[in-house]
Amino acid sequence: MTWSATARGAHQPDNTAFTQQRLPAWQPLLSASIALPLFFCAGLAFIGLGLGLYCSSNGIRELEHDYTGSSDAGNCSECAAATEGGAPPPNCSCAWYFSLPELFQGPVYLYYELTNFYQNNRRYGVSRDDAQLSGLAGALRNPTDECAPYRYSAAGLPVAPCGAIANSLFNDSFSVWHQRETGGPYVEVPLDRTGIAWWTDYHVKFRNPPLVNGSLALAFEGTAPPPNWHRPVYELSTDPNNTGFINQDFVVWMRTAALPTFRKLYARIRQGNYSAGLPRGAYLVNITYNYPVSAFGGHKLIIFSSISWMGGKNPFLGIAYLVVGSLCILMGFVMLVVYILYQDQDEDDDDDD
Amino acid sequence: MEREPAAAEEPGPPGRRRRRRRRTRTVRSNLLPPPGAEDPAAGAAKGERRRRVCAQHLADNRLKTTKYTLLSFLPKNLFEQFHRLANVYFVFIALLNFVPAVNAFQPGLALAPVLFILAVTAFKDLWEDYSRHRSDHEINHLGCLVFSREENKYVNRFWKEIRVGDFVRLRCNEIIPADILLLSSSDPDGLCHIETANLDGETNLKRRQVVRGFSGLVSEFNPLTFTSVIECEKPNNDLTRFRGCIIHDNGKKAGLYKENLLLRGCTIRNTDAVVGIVIYAGHETKALLNNSGPRYKRSQLERQMNCDVLWCVLLLICMSLFSAVGHGLWVRQYQDKRSLFDVPESDGSALSPVTAAVYSFLTMIIVLQVLIPISLYVSIEIVKVCQVYFINQDMELYDEETDSQLQCRALNITEDLGQIQYIFSDKTGTLTENKMVFRRCTVSGIEYSHDANAQRLARYQEADSEEEEVVPRGGLVSQRGSIGSHQSIRMMHRTQSTKSHRRTGSRAEAKRASMLSRHTAFSSPMEKDITPDPKLLEKVSECDRCLAVARHQEHPLAHLSPELSDVFDFFIALTICNTVVVTSPDQPRQKVRVRFELKSPVKTIEDFLRRFTPSRLTSGCSSIGNLATNKSNHKSGSNFLSNLSSNSTLLRLEDKLGQSAPAIASNGYSSQAGNWAPEPTREQEPELKKEELELRYEAESPDEAALVYAAKAYNCALVDRLHDQVSVELPHLGRLTFELLHTLGFDSIRKRMSVVIRHPITDEINVYTKGADSVVMDLLLPCSSDDARGRHQKKIRSKTQNFLNMYAVEGLRTLCIAKRVLSEEEYACWLQSHLEAESSLDNREELLFQSAIRLETNLHLLGATGIEDRLQEGVPETIAKLRQAGLQIWVLTGDKQETAINIARACKLLDHEEEVITLNAESQEACAALLDQCLHYVQSRGLHSTPEKTEGKMSVGFSPLCPTPASTASNPSPSLVIDGRSLAYALEKNLEDKFLFLAKQCQSVLCCRSTPLQKSMVVKLVRSKLKAMTLAIGDGANDVSMIQVADVGVGILGQEGMQAVMASDFAVPRFRYLERLLIVHGHWCYSRLANMVLYFFYKNTMFVGLLFWFQFYCGFSASAMIDQWYLIFFNLLFSSLPQLVTGVLDKDVPAHVLLTKPQLYRSGQNMEEYRPQTFWLNMVDAAFQSLVCFFIPYLAYYNSDVDLFTWGTLITAIALFTFLLHLGIETRTWTWLNWITCGFSIILFFTVALIYNASCAACYPPSNPYWTVQTLLRDPVFYLTCLIAPVTALLPRLFFKALQGSLFPTPLQLGRQSARKCPKRLNIPKETFAQGRLEGDLRTDHSVGRTISPSASLSRDRVSQDCTSQAAWHTQQAACSPEASEEPSMVDNSVPLRDDTVLEGLSAQSPGSSTWGAAVPEGCPEESKVKSTSAGRVAPLSSLFNLPNFSSINWISSLSLVSGLGNGQAGRGVPVQAPSGRAGLKGTDHGLLLVAPSRGRS
Repeated sequence: MTWSATARGAHQPDNTAFTQQRLPAWQPLLSASIALPLFFCAGLAFIGLGLGLYCSSNGIRELEHDYTGSSDAGNCSECAAATEGGAPPPNCSCAWYFSLPELFQGPVYLYYELTNFYQNNRRYGVSRDDAQLSGLAGALRNPTDECAPYRYSAAGLPVAPCGAIANSLFNDSFSVWHQRETGGPYVEVPLDRTGIAWWTDYHVKFRNPPLVNGSLALAFEGTAPPPNWHRPVYELSTDPNNTGFINQDFVVWMRTAALPTFRKLYARIRQGNYSAGLPRGAYLVNITYNYPVSAFGGHKLIIFSSISWMGGKNPFLGIAYLVVGSLCILMGFVMLVVYILYQDQDEDDDDDD
Repeated sequence: MEREPAAAEEPGPPGRRRRRRRRTRTVRSNLLPPPGAEDPAAGAAKGERRRRVCAQHLADNRLKTTKYTLLSFLPKNLFEQFHRLANVYFVFIALLNFVPAVNAFQPGLALAPVLFILAVTAFKDLWEDYSRHRSDHEINHLGCLVFSREENKYVNRFWKEIRVGDFVRLRCNEIIPADILLLSSSDPDGLCHIETANLDGETNLKRRQVVRGFSGLVSEFNPLTFTSVIECEKPNNDLTRFRGCIIHDNGKKAGLYKENLLLRGCTIRNTDAVVGIVIYAGHETKALLNNSGPRYKRSQLERQMNCDVLWCVLLLICMSLFSAVGHGLWVRQYQDKRSLFDVPESDGSALSPVTAAVYSFLTMIIVLQVLIPISLYVSIEIVKVCQVYFINQDMELYDEETDSQLQCRALNITEDLGQIQYIFSDKTGTLTENKMVFRRCTVSGIEYSHDANAQRLARYQEADSEEEEVVPRGGLVSQRGSIGSHQSIRMMHRTQSTKSHRRTGSRAEAKRASMLSRHTAFSSPMEKDITPDPKLLEKVSECDRCLAVARHQEHPLAHLSPELSDVFDFFIALTICNTVVVTSPDQPRQKVRVRFELKSPVKTIEDFLRRFTPSRLTSGCSSIGNLATNKSNHKSGSNFLSNLSSNSTLLRLEDKLGQSAPAIASNGYSSQAGNWAPEPTREQEPELKKEELELRYEAESPDEAALVYAAKAYNCALVDRLHDQVSVELPHLGRLTFELLHTLGFDSIRKRMSVVIRHPITDEINVYTKGADSVVMDLLLPCSSDDARGRHQKKIRSKTQNFLNMYAVEGLRTLCIAKRVLSEEEYACWLQSHLEAESSLDNREELLFQSAIRLETNLHLLGATGIEDRLQEGVPETIAKLRQAGLQIWVLTGDKQETAINIARACKLLDHEEEVITLNAESQEACAALLDQCLHYVQSRGLHSTPEKTEGKMSVGFSPLCPTPASTASNPSPSLVIDGRSLAYALEKNLEDKFLFLAKQCQSVLCCRSTPLQKSMVVKLVRSKLKAMTLAIGDGANDVSMIQVADVGVGILGQEGMQAVMASDFAVPRFRYLERLLIVHGHWCYSRLANMVLYFFYKNTMFVGLLFWFQFYCGFSASAMIDQWYLIFFNLLFSSLPQLVTGVLDKDVPAHVLLTKPQLYRSGQNMEEYRPQTFWLNMVDAAFQSLVCFFIPYLAYYNSDVDLFTWGTLITAIALFTFLLHLGIETRTWTWLNWITCGFSIILFFTVALIYNASCAACYPPSNPYWTVQTLLRDPVFYLTCLIAPVTALLPRLFFKALQGSLFPTPLQLGRQSARKCPKRLNIPKETFAQGRLEGDLRTDHSVGRTISPSASLSRDRVSQDCTSQAAWHTQQAACSPEASEEPSMVDNSVPLRDDTVLEGLSAQSPGSSTWGAAVPEGCPEESKVKSTSAGRVAPLSSLFNLPNFSSINWISSLSLVSGLGNGQAGRGVPVQAPSGRAGLKGTDHGLLLVAPSRGRS
């Protein structure tokens, strides 16, 4: 057809699959027949997954204790009562006794949990200066506006670390003692307080300001600790690798929690005899009770937990998978019924055709 | 710039000046010194001042269409962009972020998306403006010759330097730079031809005339001597009107008319050079005043969407308020408790709950701003642009014949195409081809059926189907490329003409030929080649012979029998009673010039007296006697001619004529002895071909051309038309030159045109009138029945009327040809009043109209013609499909009732089984009564179709005399036919509701004889009252108003110029493309956009829901767990592409299924995809999904040490997966593009997140996202939640969708199913089955495949034969009255009886009755046979408009009726709307538009 080839109009559109909207396409038709296998497959897979998750969550042991002291008669209530007035008493301590009938499978993590503590509240959450925390000298002396009112101390010195988050640093401390047999001496269980923060936080994000004459204290000279703190930031720990802004407790605290009930890792138990877990016996947790929570109705808990591949104990995911899986199966059956009915109809149609 | 003293502006005392400034403008020559400049210094100063004044008032010719300058761009563009409320809103929110107390994001970041959107829009605007500037520049720097006083000659200047009052000299083929008053032309007649294709696309030549008083100048016009003052109207946009006068130095006045004005943008043709004075320049030119720029239409879907956006705003405010109150309470709860997480004010004082609440409210608005999607508007624009692209690209919408594809001129209403409920269609040129083919004629009461011609046409039709097999010769092929060149055109034309002469040409070939020679308007071979009827041809040549013999005698026509003389006059009238311009084919645009020295038409009464003194008359007679002298004169003339050297083809042709037809020597018989006046500068070109003799006719309307071609087939060829003379060539008589005294042009109120000529043979003054039969028949000379001649005449008339009815039944357009012989006295008398009318300034149109009415009376009927306007290809099929699709089709036509009904029958708009209700009323009251009756009838019919009931109704005088079994049978809804007059009543405020209600019940509505204004009123009424989506389709200027009023205007790229296209939103090459445009593309566009908009709302609500649920866990503190980057860019980047692809490419049902099952279109009409309830269901689903997507991660990370932003990132990822899966459920067709964009979105999100999270350890407070994603990706719970959350969220939707798809599938789903079952091929039985099933599903009352048993239809036919709906014609009473039976002529009796026939205007025509002529009047059945002829008359009351007896009174009343409808456009009755849109010089968007006089056709 030479004519059509040469005399093709100047405005004639291109005959391509794209311009003519003829792209090859998969056109699924959403109906029972296609949903049926989908539902069954998904249901089965989910139930299988859910069972696995449930088991693995159940394999995790958790031991928690509320030591707020407001309700129970534990000795922490004294401390709690003491904090009631306002200023927490110095060095009020209490203890939690428990015994393990069998080995608490390791590795064991020691968490503390706070409830009703809104770390995610906006004004709180923004009240920090990441530049200061990353060791920038300028920011150290001149914290960001966001830190107000914990930006400058009453004396006019810049607060380091500034902001409400740092000011509210959790300052209870725990020590764990183990009594192998009744009446025996309590042996302190070694707590690994390093490596509880994210590696990047500890190594990259949080930096102390450059030392002055090899001294961290001099580096922080001219700054004031947050008003709630009893000691300056460079005295958070005696370990030079764990003090100042890179104190791991501090780093962990600064990673604000997502929800008002949250846990934070306090220590790992993985050293010496306790590398396999906590052996059976009586235990004593000595708590230095400083942190006032009863004022806003919060609770403090201490938790021993083992850890699996999917993290801490949380049966929810397993249950969710099981429920959704069963739902899928149920829907699959409904679909099956519909499909059978509909198929009859369909065949009638075909007969009509 | 010229330094000459400028044009004076508004002279006279100040008071008077102010008064006059309103109406007129005064223009003087720029070359003159300013008036009243006594001493040079003062004069100069004054002139300077005056020039400034002038510069203020009169625009110069500089064109500036740009909106911005370099400096003003930024502020102005921003100002314009902020007219969009959404932009203001987003900027407000972004600025809110700068307030520290309430900010939610980094301020700069929050500005980013808004700035991005603004910048994109600004860039687009800038680019558009720049291209406008470039084309402005180009046009401003076009050159043209302007007279300069210093140099005393014409010098070349730029267009932009032209000022009002300048003298401009234009040469052939130049474009006119401004509105110029024509003062001189190289044409000896003072004529100038212009082509207005640049303005309106009409390719025919229009004639302009030098101002009176200047045409007589022999020497070249000298601008320096021009001292007259021109007074004219202020600049206005009315292209069809120009009024003013020129005042000469001696105080004489001469009128200026439209014919004297050359409009900017037109091209000079056929004229070597013209000179004129600039009257309007630049933006004051009529062309530019008509350019109103593109319209912005908002689609229905968008309106609905905007409403839902408002809902979203409300929702946003509610959420924020809720959150604010919550935060206030929360703050109060913890205020005094020294809670560690409570942050006091920066001065240490505790924050009051109220302040906290206010802050929280504002912050919430910032955080939740995503709910009102900033990207929604941008995305919709993008999707629409892509949709337009695909519509443009569709091969099936490409018309090979015209090499044109569908044009989308409005970019933002594509989805409206899928929701149309009413189609308003023009008939001529829209449903029909507007290729007028002469079919039959009747002369002097004898019908000539032209069977051979009919066969020829049938051949075209047949060949059409075999189009593909016709492989044209290669010769044509090569010429395509060089179409512009002179030679190829000539060659092509030759090929084309020889081919068609051999009658081998198929329609396809004809198509191509017409495609190649498109620069001639209205002349495809089909129209040009007419096979004459042998009988008539015989008669014509007999006349010719007789006259050739008898011409020397005293009364040549007396030698002919009356019949033959009628035949002769008939063809003369066909040939000259028109405005056709003759061109020769080999050099298009060159007028064939065979010029005789004739005096110009009488211009003054003195002139007349001088010319028509008795001595003059005798000398005229003697010139006839002196034949021999003349003959010899001619011979010498032709010798002289052949010796002349002429390079012009004009002369060539002339020469050729002389050689080929020796009998041409007849020019001596023109009323004055002719002597040749050839132009002396021409060279001769010896070799000429016979074919080049073929003449081409350029007509303003196609039926004119058809008639001229028809006459030519009878050897009565129009060879030349000049301003004052017309030449006709006959084989024996040779060339007859008629002196053209007046042309009374066609207008839609008179519905006729006339020419006044002096007959060269008899030297009588004749009036030839051509017009609609209804009008012309009433203007005939009443003939007494006493003498034999009168009786004969009467018989002829009734016969002719019969034939006319027959033609109308066949669907032909009918025209009556009549003649009147004027005595010199009559003429003188008329001329005086006519000249007065012409020279009057104030109500010139009115006076001219009356003058025309005075002339066109007492006519002698010659005959009538039937012209076929063939249906376009595929029209019946398309209409059937569109009706199946649930579209109501109304045809609004200017044609008369029978023609319209028959065309409607032909295109299946009216079924033969259908009842037709005809509404013809003559007064408001009658119309009201009729409407009531019809309503009752239709309702009773609908409720209980018992025959008794209907019968009862009928006895009131209601016209379906027999109820007919139709009402008891399958009960189809009737169709309504209404004429223009009744329509005018029905559209009155008090009746419009009834009319609409009735029309709604009817399957189709046909409005005949409707004016353009009525058309648009009907559309407006339906649109506003029924709240329906309307589409108007048309091709001509008379459809412009309707196209503009409708929701969607479609123009046909037709034969009649570009006005309709300019005004339209979509332009299609043919009517049949409407089917695919609506049913396929409209449906797709609607479905795609509706789904996309819904998806947008879903997406944003769901995203915002996540944030909202979180507020319950953060003390309503407006905290966000989702990082600010994700929040801001999520819509813009991560989730935008897949939905765009789906919005552009998704096809819910394949095209072939949509076409075979037009019912599927109803989903769009009923807005099934996007309804309020769909919206809210969608929102509820979004809320549910956000709940799931929030609480699954919440519970999964309950009691864990997860931090805020890690958890937030997890939720973002879940949301992204959910969105994509949701889109997956909604997407019906998965192409590789969908897969790729989905994958791309996911990859983009994680890539950006990974890079962002690794980029800076201490940046981006407060989220400090360093390494979050990296950590998260190592957490298996992340994957587990990412799996379960989207699945759970979408489980209900999937379940219900699947369930619905199986149990209650929508018609659309069924359509898809059937497409899957047998892809690409649906056989017929299956299709009908499917239709039946779909009908049932849709519960539609439209019966598509109604089956009527043969017996039923038979009986119905029989009954309908018996009781034909004669009552439709209100003339029946007249016919029944005794004197009417004696006097079938309608002139006398129809008027007095008008009041009696009030109620009989209505008829519900029984189905199947196509025998209009055999109507039986109700009152007098026994006389039915006698009266059948007059009973068939159509709406004779329209003749009242033009009754000679009380012409002026009636005329005025009819005008007031019209002007009551239209905004005082009295005298025209035709609204001229300024079409918007762009036509361009050189394709730029300087819209230079022209509205041609709206032309109704009769």
